[in-house]
Order: sequence, then C-alpha cells, then structure tokens
Amino acid sequence: MTPGITFTIDGKQVTAAPGQTIIEAADTAGIYIPRLCHKPGLEPFGSCRLCTVTVGGRPCSSCTQPAAEGIVVESDTDELNEHRRALLEMLFVEGNHFCMFCEKSGNCELQALAYKFGITAPSFTYQWQKHDVDASHPQILIDRNRCILCARCVRASQDLDGKSVFGFVGRGPNKRLAVNAEARLSDTNVDVTDEALDVCPVGALLRKHVGYKVPIGKRQFDHTPIGSDVEGEPAPDDCGCGGAENVCQCTQSE
Amino acid sequence: MHDDVESTVQRICQSYDNDGRRLMDIVTDLHREYGCVDPEAMDLIARCVNVPRLRVQSLVSFYSFYAEAPRGRIVIRLSDDVIDRMHGYDRVAAAFCDELGIGMGETTADGLFTLERTACIGMCDQAPAGLVNDVVITHLSSDKARQIVQDLRRHGDPHQLVTSLGDGENGCDLIHSMVRNNLRKAGSVIFSPINRGEAIRKALSISPQEVIRAMKTARLRGRGGAGFPAGMKWEFARGAGDGQKYILCNADEGEPGTFKDRVILTERADRVFAGMTIAGYAIGASEGIMYLRAEYAYLKPHLEDVLRRRRIDGLLGETVLGRNEFAFDIRIQIGAGAYVCGEETALISSCEGKRGDPMTRPPFPAQKGYNGCPTVINNVETLCCVTKIMEEGPATFSDCGSDQSSGTKLLSISGDCKRAGVYEFPFGTTLREVLNECGGLEAQAVQVGGPSGKMVSPADFDRKICFEDLATGGSVMVFGPQRNILDIVHGFMDFFVDESCGYCTPCRVGNVLLKQLVERVRDGSGEPDDLDQMRRIAGTMKATSRCGLGQTSSNPVMSTLTTFETEYTDRVQDGPDGQRRGFDLAESVKAAESIAGRPSVHTGQDD
Ligand SMILES: Cc1cc2nc3c(=O)[nH]c(=O)nc-3n(C[C@H](O)[C@H](O)[C@H](O)COP(=O)(O)O)c2cc1C
Ligand code: SF4
Ligand code: SF4
Ligand code: FES
Repeated sequence: MTPGITFTIDGKQVTAAPGQTIIEAADTAGIYIPRLCHKPGLEPFGSCRLCTVTVGGRPCSSCTQPAAEGIVVESDTDELNEHRRALLEMLFVEGNHFCMFCEKSGNCELQALAYKFGITAPSFTYQWQKHDVDASHPQILIDRNRCILCARCVRASQDLDGKSVFGFVGRGPNKRLAVNAEARLSDTNVDVTDEALDVCPVGALLRKHVGYKVPIGKRQFDHTPIGSDVEGEPAPDDCGCGGAENVCQCTQSE
Repeated sequence: MHDDVESTVQRICQSYDNDGRRLMDIVTDLHREYGCVDPEAMDLIARCVNVPRLRVQSLVSFYSFYAEAPRGRIVIRLSDDVIDRMHGYDRVAAAFCDELGIGMGETTADGLFTLERTACIGMCDQAPAGLVNDVVITHLSSDKARQIVQDLRRHGDPHQLVTSLGDGENGCDLIHSMVRNNLRKAGSVIFSPINRGEAIRKALSISPQEVIRAMKTARLRGRGGAGFPAGMKWEFARGAGDGQKYILCNADEGEPGTFKDRVILTERADRVFAGMTIAGYAIGASEGIMYLRAEYAYLKPHLEDVLRRRRIDGLLGETVLGRNEFAFDIRIQIGAGAYVCGEETALISSCEGKRGDPMTRPPFPAQKGYNGCPTVINNVETLCCVTKIMEEGPATFSDCGSDQSSGTKLLSISGDCKRAGVYEFPFGTTLREVLNECGGLEAQAVQVGGPSGKMVSPADFDRKICFEDLATGGSVMVFGPQRNILDIVHGFMDFFVDESCGYCTPCRVGNVLLKQLVERVRDGSGEPDDLDQMRRIAGTMKATSRCGLGQTSSNPVMSTLTTFETEYTDRVQDGPDGQRRGFDLAESVKAAESIAGRPSVHTGQDD
C-alpha cells in the first residue's frame, strides 16, 4: 500500500491518494461536502462554488483543490454554510425554478440542497430572466430556465460520449447553455443514450417519454437527504407521506 | 457572396496554419473584412481549424468587440465609465444617437454605422473618449460628436478624423493619433532615458540565476495589482523543467481609470520588450507574447515596428546578441474587449484562442500555463522595471521607495483634478502629496486601485501609496464634492456585471444583485435590510468567487459602506411621513387598482 496523504477535515483525520482532490478524499472518508457541479467520473470544473471549504483559513473549492499533507480543512462551519445558503439562493433567483411542476422534483440536487439548508424561499430579488426551451429533439428536452451552468453535460458529452454536443455562449449574466449547431438540439449528433443526459443535477436536460415514471414521493431525495449516500447513513423507512426529509412531518417527529 | 466568404475564411485560417490556438486572430481578421462572424462563417472557420462549431460561437459571443450579427462598416464605441460620465458622456452619447438617428447598440439602416457603449478604453485623462473602428477620439463634446458623424458621412475614413496630433510618439506616422500622453511627472525609473541594448547586454553577461537574484535583491514586485515578487515567480518557472516556456506581457490594462501602460507602450516600448527578453533569458523561454487590449490596437503598428527594429539590431531572434544558446522572439496578441482577460489565467486562455474564462488554480501558470508550458506573466510596468534594474543595478532601484515597495509607481490620475495624466512617484508618497501635485485636494473621495480598489475619504489622505498601505495597479480617480457617491458605486457595479465571465455563481449573480440593491438605495426605495443583504452578498462573493474579479468586485460597495456609510443609511431612513422614502402610496394604489381592474378611487383628488 502506498502511503497516503493525511490531513484533517473538521477535525477528523482523513487519508487521500496522491492526486486526489479534497472532496474526493472527503467522499471516501464519509464526509459530505455540499456540491453541484462536481460529479465523480467527470473532470473537476469549479463553477458552483458550493463546495468551498477553508484550507488553513483560506477559502478554496474542494472539488478542484488537491489534498496535501497536513492541511487543516474546515467545511461544516456556520460561516461556510451561510455562504452555501447564499449561493443556493443566488441560483434560485437567477433561474426560473418552479419545483411544483418540474419533472425533476425529488431527484433534483438543487432542490434537495435547498431543503438541506432550510431554504424555503430565497431572500434575494428574483431576476425572471427570459430563457429558451429547446424541444426540437423528439426524445430530449432542454429547459434553460432551470440550467445552473454547471457544465456537467458539457464535460460528459466531451469526455464520456466523445462528442461536443453542449457548451456555453455569452458571458456574465448572459451566459447560456448552447448546442453544437446553429440553433437546435435536433441538428446535433446527440443520442438519447448519451451519458451526457444522465448527469444534469436539475431539470434542465431531460429525456422525453419517461416523465414521472417514478412517482413523486418515491424519488431519491424524497426521504433521504442529499449527501446520505456519502455519509453512508441508512435511508429512513419510507413513511409514504411523500414529503422530503426536512419538511416531512413523519420523519421529523421521530 | 457565398464563395467569397468561403475563400476569405480559408485564406485567413491558412495564414494562421489553420491553428485553432490562433482563433482570436482569425476571428479578428474576419471582423476587419466583414464586421461580424455570422453562422455561416462560424461553420466555415470550425471546418478549417477542425474544432467544434460551438467553440467558435462560444468565443465570438464572449468578447464584446466581436459580433454574430452584421454591424456597420464603421463601429463607434463610446467609453462608458464613471469618469467619462462625469465629463459629459450622456450629452455626447445623445448627440451621436441623434445625429445618426439610431439608439445605443443599433446600426443605421444604410449599414454604415453602429453605435455602442464600451468599458473604459484607457483614456480617462482625455474623457469623454471613444473609438471609431481602431481610431481613438478624445475630448468629445456634443458638437464634436455631430461633426464627426458628418465628416464620416462625407469621407467614410476614420483615420481622417485625426486632424491634430498628440504629443511625443503619438504623432509618429505609425501611431498617428490625437491621443496625448499627459505625462505630468517623469520619475527615475520608467520614463528615464533609455540606452537600447544595454540592459540585455548586462543580463547576458551574467547567469540566468544571477538575473533572478538581481530581481530579488531589488525587491521587485509586480505592478499589475497583486504585487507578487517578480524574482520568486521567475524562479518557480525556471525550476519547472527544461522544456518550452513562455513570457507573457500583460498589456490588457482594463482596470477603469488606468492608462499608464498606454503611455509606456507609446514612449518606452523598447524598455518593455527588453524586459520580456531578459525574463526569457532568466527562466529559459524562447518565446514571448504581448497581450494587447483591443482598445490599444492603434498602437500595434508602432509596436510591431519596434519589434522589427529590435530584430534587425540583434536584440531579438535566433541568436540574441549573437549568442547561439539564446533565441527569443515576441509576438503581439490582440484582445477583443474583455476586462477579465487581464486576469493572468484568462489571458492565457485568450492567447490560446479560447473564451477568456480564468482557469482553475493549481496548477499555476509558472508550472502549467500557455500551451500547458511553464509561463511567466508580468505587467508592462513590471517589465520596464526589470530593464531598469539591469541597466543600473538592483541597489539603485531599491534605494527608491518604501520599506516593502521598492522603486517608483506610475499613477493614472483622472477625474476632478486640474492636471489629469500619468505621474511617476516613488513608492511611499502620500495620497495628499499626489492630490496636491495633480490639483485635486478639494476631493471628497478618491478611488485608489480602480473599481476593485478602495474609496478613500479625506481622513485617510495621509496614507501612503505602496503595497503595504494603499496598494494600486495605478488607477487614481478623484471625485469632487459635487459627485454622488452612490452614482459612482453604481457605475462600478455596472462595469463588473458587464465584465464578469459568468463562470462561477457568486460573481455571475452577485454583481447583478449588488447593482440592483445600490440602485434601490440610491433612488430612495431601499430599506435598512437592504444594507445587510449587501453585506451578505458581498461576503459570499469575496469568499467563494473563483478569481480575482469576483473576489474584489464587491469592494466598491463594501468600501463605501464603511467609509461613506451615511450615504447609505440616510437614504434608507423612513421619510418625515413615517413611510419608506421610496414608497409612493398613490402610485401603489393605482398599480393595485389596475391589477384588480377597478376604477381609481382617487380620481380628481391626487391627479
Ligand atoms: C480581473 C482582473 C483583471 C486584471 N487586469 C490586469 C491588467 O489589465 N493588467 C495587469 O498587468 N494585470 C492585471 N491583473 C493582474 C494579473 O492577473 C496578474 O497578477 C499580473 O498581470 C501579474 O503581473 P505582475 O506580477 O507584473 O503585476 C488583473 C487581475 C484580475 C483578477
Ligand atoms: S443543462 Fe444541466 S448539466 Fe448542463 S449545464 Fe445546465 S444544469 Fe448543468
Ligand atoms: S469570479 Fe468567477 S464569474 Fe467572476 S470573472 Fe472570475 S471566474 Fe468569472
Ligand atoms: S462542486 Fe466544487 S465548485 Fe461546484
């Protein structure tokens, strides 16, 4: 066994293999650092900033920062969680997120994180920007109203599918998801089996004809808060109420 | 027309060996011929350089000097920043709109003119200013604006607008510009007379390690803003293997209110290129790139000519000064209107023909930069210092300045002062001395370090300009008592909203939210809670943003919330009637009535 890199996260000793990032080491150690753009198997991107931790007091994104011997990482602090709450609120007011009629509800990582952080409504001003929907493809839908510009689809298309179906145009608040064609997804070489279609954390990139196959109430985050898989906590028994962890009265009264 | 575009694109792409890393140049050249890169041209370029079409579109959509839709043959860009606004931007813009018969951002029906606003073009000392294609127009007034349009309608040639020439090299044939240097105070380092070739001769007579040691002994720190020790940066790059390495000169000068690099490039280009060559020798690089902001494209022929002469004199080329083991040459990369490209990793992205998105660090450029090779990036002024340190030795250099900041600093001073322009002061000079010299002592506030710097109140005028106190890349904006502080803050936030690359959440969204809150408070419709919300947003932006832009772009708000707090608190107090100042009862009732579709109950009373 090669000697690992040893360091601490929130006082807990963890070990990382050389070349691993802080978040990878944390995952292995069963410590959940909130994240949106990070997804194991994809190149680190570092855009959502939710995974921000401090290393020796200095903030950095744990999904891009390499682990190093002896560093002192803090993640679950009031201050950092407050920043995470603000970042989530920013994403909610930037896009147009109507969870009650979004197919992703219950499987959406953004929604699940909002519940985890107890955000019932953002305190910032809604931007109500206009975004385009691309329903040109018979089997795939893009709803840019919900896109959080995390580039998971961009990276998956490039690195896993060997294509370049997705990318970004514009800058600043005008940055948008775009496809590799003059305008429409149906003019690209996307295929319904592409892995890029499996990675969207929100309801921006969806397969058609399979909506609500898993009913609301039976979805990934309906009873298990986001991060449980990393923390290795057993999912609570399905109480059948259809509510998410933090709002579900059944689990809260336990 | 179709074949025409196709052959043009092919010709241009071929002139850059169909190399995708030269996409910036390809797209810039195509703009010169067609004024835009339309969907058809995008496809053609993508095919020629063998990249996905989306990469071309992504690039074109990122830079503000590029366009996808056809624009006028003549593009007029008005510099729109806080200083230009103080000097009458609104009147000038209105005159252009009126004379052209179009609105801002529009193109005339005959396809001749497009009118746009753009971020600070580096002419705050001669504001309001603008660009007509590559030609700089300064000291604009509404009369002048009308005259310019009429002249252009007559002769159609932006170059003919230059009827009186600026001073110094501005008047030479290759620059031929009305821009003035406004060099008010030449100090002992940057603007001292130059003995061409001497610095390189001295550098090549010692080892690269000794050159690096000289930079350390001189305690040279970067002039681009961050103040990182140059010798240390070079040492990292030198130690990063024996392969290909690069020296990049940051001539993006995008921080509003900064224009000192413009004057260096005009008057002391030789000193900059010598500095790049010495840096190349020190770290073992054979290639240098100067990243020149598009706004300074008018300087490019002059800079190319300086490079040409240096090649002839053996100061650049396969064998610098006849030394077989040292080859070094420099190319100029022109930008396309994006402040963030001044950030060093974004600058690298741009040089590689990509969007100007900053890159993830680590790896740092000294380990893995341009083309994946170890790269040193230094500011124009830093590189001048390098040359000077070689010319006169590190001791002379470090004799001047303060404890932790040796040498001199160029300041670009603009705004409400009698003598706007470029000043070379020793580090450690107080702001009061600076204001005294430029005739700006009446100021109610001075913005030091550009929008991302600090707003300094008179109580702090005795603070010193140096890295350990008031650090600045060179921008000093003076604001007289007649100015509204919140207008200024709002203008700065406007800039950051426009210039954020949009990669990360806090900067992409946070700047917009802060700007809206400042606007609310300024206009009297703010609430005390808004100030807490500003602090909250700013705190998150500072701590979580990915690059220096987002980490500092809340400074205008945070700095004034501290130093000029009453500007905010006075405006969010309840009015004399006990209601929020911005709350108009009659208006609100009217709005509610219209939503409900009811006739007004106020008729006759309030109207
Ligand atoms: C948003 C942003 C814009 C910047 N713009 C410039 C610039 O226009 N010119 C410059 O020299 N440095 C600029 N910098 C600083 C560079 O990233 C870098 O630190 C500098 O070029 C290094 O050179 P120096 O060490 O010689 O100062 C900018 C930084 C940021 C974050
Ligand atoms: S579509 Fe989904 S995966 Fe792609 S960038 Fe937007 S949010 Fe991320
Ligand atoms: S802070 Fe983020 S969004 Fe802003 S310029 Fe830097 S990388 Fe881009
Ligand atoms: S998960 Fe690290 S920045 Fe998004």
